[in-house]
Amino acid sequence: MKRRTLLAGAAALSALIAAPAMAQDEPLKVGFIYVGPVGDGGWTYQHDLGRQAVEAEYGDRVETTFIESVPEGADAERALTQLALAGNKLIFATSFGFMDPTINVAAKFPDVKFEHATGYKRADNVATYDARFYEGRAVIGTIAGRMTESNKIGYIGSFPIPEVIQGINSSFIHAQKVNPDVEMKVVWAYSWFDPAKEADAAAALLAEGVDVILQHTDSTAPLAKAQEAGAIGFGQASDMAAFAPSPRVASIIDNWAPYYVERVGEVLDGTWESKATWAGIGDGEVEIGEITEAVPAEVKAEAEALRDAIGAGEYHPFTGPLNKADGTAWLAEGETASDEDLQSMNFYVEGITAQIPQ
Amino acid sequence: MIDPLSVFLLLLSASTPILFAALGELVVERAGVLNLGVEGMMITGALAGFAVAHATGNPFAGFVAAAVAGAAISTLFAALTQAFLANQVASGLALTLFGLGLAAMFGKPFEGVKAPPMPAGPLGINWIVWLGLLAVPAIWWFLTRSRRGLILRGVGENHEAAHALGYDVRLTRLAAIAFGGAMAGIGGAFISIATVLQWTEGMTAGAGWIALAIVVFSNWTAVGVLAGAWLFGGVTVLQLRLQAAGVNVPVQLLSMAPYLATIIVLVLISGRQKYSRRAGAAAPGSLGQNFHALR
Amino acid sequence: MIQLVPRTGASGLWQVATPVLAVLATMLTGGLLFALLGHDPVAAIRTIFWDPLFGMAASYSRPQLLVKAAPLILIASGLAVGFRAGIWNIGAEGQYIIGGITGAGVALALHPLDAFWIFPAMVLAGLAGGWAWGMIPALLRNWFGASEILVSLMLVYVAQRVAAWMAFGPMKNPEGFGFPGSRNLQQYPSASNPELFANTGAHWGVFAALAAVVATWVLMSRHIRGFHIRAAGTAPRAARFAGVRPQVLVAFCLGLSGALAGAAGLFEVAGPAGQVTDKLGVGYGFTAIIVAFLGRLHPVGILLAGLLLALTYIGGELAQLTMQLPAASVQVFQGMLLFFLLGFDILTRFRIVRRVRA
Repeated sequence: MKRRTLLAGAAALSALIAAPAMAQDEPLKVGFIYVGPVGDGGWTYQHDLGRQAVEAEYGDRVETTFIESVPEGADAERALTQLALAGNKLIFATSFGFMDPTINVAAKFPDVKFEHATGYKRADNVATYDARFYEGRAVIGTIAGRMTESNKIGYIGSFPIPEVIQGINSSFIHAQKVNPDVEMKVVWAYSWFDPAKEADAAAALLAEGVDVILQHTDSTAPLAKAQEAGAIGFGQASDMAAFAPSPRVASIIDNWAPYYVERVGEVLDGTWESKATWAGIGDGEVEIGEITEAVPAEVKAEAEALRDAIGAGEYHPFTGPLNKADGTAWLAEGETASDEDLQSMNFYVEGITAQIPQ
Repeated sequence: MIDPLSVFLLLLSASTPILFAALGELVVERAGVLNLGVEGMMITGALAGFAVAHATGNPFAGFVAAAVAGAAISTLFAALTQAFLANQVASGLALTLFGLGLAAMFGKPFEGVKAPPMPAGPLGINWIVWLGLLAVPAIWWFLTRSRRGLILRGVGENHEAAHALGYDVRLTRLAAIAFGGAMAGIGGAFISIATVLQWTEGMTAGAGWIALAIVVFSNWTAVGVLAGAWLFGGVTVLQLRLQAAGVNVPVQLLSMAPYLATIIVLVLISGRQKYSRRAGAAAPGSLGQNFHALR
Repeated sequence: MIQLVPRTGASGLWQVATPVLAVLATMLTGGLLFALLGHDPVAAIRTIFWDPLFGMAASYSRPQLLVKAAPLILIASGLAVGFRAGIWNIGAEGQYIIGGITGAGVALALHPLDAFWIFPAMVLAGLAGGWAWGMIPALLRNWFGASEILVSLMLVYVAQRVAAWMAFGPMKNPEGFGFPGSRNLQQYPSASNPELFANTGAHWGVFAALAAVVATWVLMSRHIRGFHIRAAGTAPRAARFAGVRPQVLVAFCLGLSGALAGAAGLFEVAGPAGQVTDKLGVGYGFTAIIVAFLGRLHPVGILLAGLLLALTYIGGELAQLTMQLPAASVQVFQGMLLFFLLGFDILTRFRIVRRVRA
């Protein structure tokens, strides 16, 4: 009985939207739902820049709309449905927590295409996309390893999920490569955005003797703390240029624009199909913001060389030999990590003494 | 392994926003008013303070503006509860909603810019941290030793009696609410001007709610508020500090602890008041009740 | 001199007239606000108040009103009973979260068993969880005289952390690739709370909300306990002589409102939300307090107030979608609506009299 009601509902909803979607010259409507406000200066802000890039690229041929600050869960499902009912033919759901709602709504709107960021569930009309942030982390990890004088670098994690753990491992591996004595201190804030707590986390790291802070949380609070203590840090998600040239010596930027422009173009051409995209530096989806003059020229050159090697596909940040933190072998000499391994990563590499909270 | 002094220094600055907000709310609750809008007033202060600090280049001007803005928005609550006799719980919740929305709306032009640097105060500790520490004895003195403080407590304890004695219940409460708004505003501005140095939507991230818990923990005393702010700030700082030192801590369980401690404190105090004849100083008698003079 | 004189009974005319006045005043000032922001005020107001009911996609948004209003009404009905007796449970948010967790816990423990009794068992567990969480402030008040306002509020924070702990620890989906959050109950037929009739939005929680409205109305107007509650609220001392035992009343009111909030949490977790996450509590428990007051603590009033608030949420989303109004301005608008409703309420309880001083 449950399945039947669902199907009946889908039919009725499709009928409802079929009528206004008939006209030919109408611009393609593209919708976005955001988990935060566009003014968060981080995650959502970057997605909205991607949306603006779509408008700039296609002009009158597209019409974009967004709904911001949508809570994950039931409200997301409604917001997605509203976007579909409003005639949007391509909808970007830009948070992991929108995964199940996106799948549910997509089932009711077979002729609307959905794109879900950072998830792992797909359907014929649901594609997924994500960025290889760990590639950028390798670059800033290199800078961190070179710049630290105390040989202690700190990492503020948001939640212990694979994406963040990849970043911690990647930055540690590359910091260690250029500085074998380096230690990594990890603090979990259990929030993507909580300025006061991020500041406390940064202060805790600084008190531990850390002089370079990496962050996977969205506010500038850690940079402000680093500045106070004469330490350095990196912009996260957005460039955070207000803190350049120091404490912000470089940044790791989520640039969704190339992907959004490409996918909208595919819908316009009728070539869109569901797939899983995991793009990195090479595709321009992960960018390293300007490395400032606070970084010595040779370190800058080294970091840029690494960036270019990763971008060109010549080097994979997770290349063996690598062991897990518990001492067991992970990757043999020359072997690179598979995407499946990375996407469910729940261990630190050898050398990180902290433990992942379970 | 962990240097207690360094933890204490972290604690001082981490607890400052909630200390200010809780001291303000303490005075409000002592006057018999429960204002759940602390979060809304804090975010208003965070924005106004940041905007003025940015425009003038003077962080201290920012704190003054934050106090004014916090007090200004609190008058909405004051008008509703004191003049229109609306329910305090509902009005406070509405104030939080309104403040968060208003700040987000007017904050757009200030995104992405940076606050002017704050000169370090004595011993390298921020001036506002010192101000917060000084506010504790000042409010203690006001509440327990001054005549006006006595009137304020009388109003909060039993508004009918205070009215009968000829004191202006409403005016006292209005002043208390405005003071609470100003303090919450300064607390919020500490986050934007001194901690983050930028304005972002929703940046107080629930600090106002913690302030409410601290007032309960404090047993409605100024010294208790300081202890509460240090306890709540301390648990966060300590768990982050332990994490940084590589100790695996049960974060969620640990972060529950101060709230459970608050409940235990409340129970102990209330129980002592109930079972012994000694008049203790627990929750103000008229807390949360509106007053309407029939004569 | 203008004076306020309390009415002996609440004025029937003003009870109906003030909400209308308040909505009109909000439309005026809100329209002014939107005009200042450069939007067409008439269109904005129409989008928020009219379109969800009668606009283009109303056949979708009307049922969604029920989905959004159901938990508010269910929680507020319980709260209002206590508020009438002068027992202030402001921790419904915590009871909602715990009810959701205990209810979902039953399903997650039994997964993948298929049996008809699982959902009813979950409802019972949700009721029990919320009841138990509500009984903590009740017992602490009865035994030690601790304020139930403050204890119940503190327990909200504790419940939020319990939810985070569950989502990251014991209840984490074993097939979720390390991401936080439980299994999705929508995909577990024996445990899910689906839409029962296509395109009505009506899940079990909607019926529970209606039942709660009727039951609390019967309780308050027909039952001896309802009489006790009203007596305790208006004349506590007289009530004691009439044989009302305050301790029983405290336990009854907090237990009842806790159980209803817990049930609301369960219906939400098993239905629209789908899973236990750290963001399980989305504020229904606090919003329900406002609903209870807007509804004048009367079951029918609560029904209407819940629908009105749901309307502003859904209309607000529509306004974002169709007019690109920022989410923040919608929040300000809702804040205004509440201020006006709370402010105008004075007309129902007091008469405004001009008096000449003797």
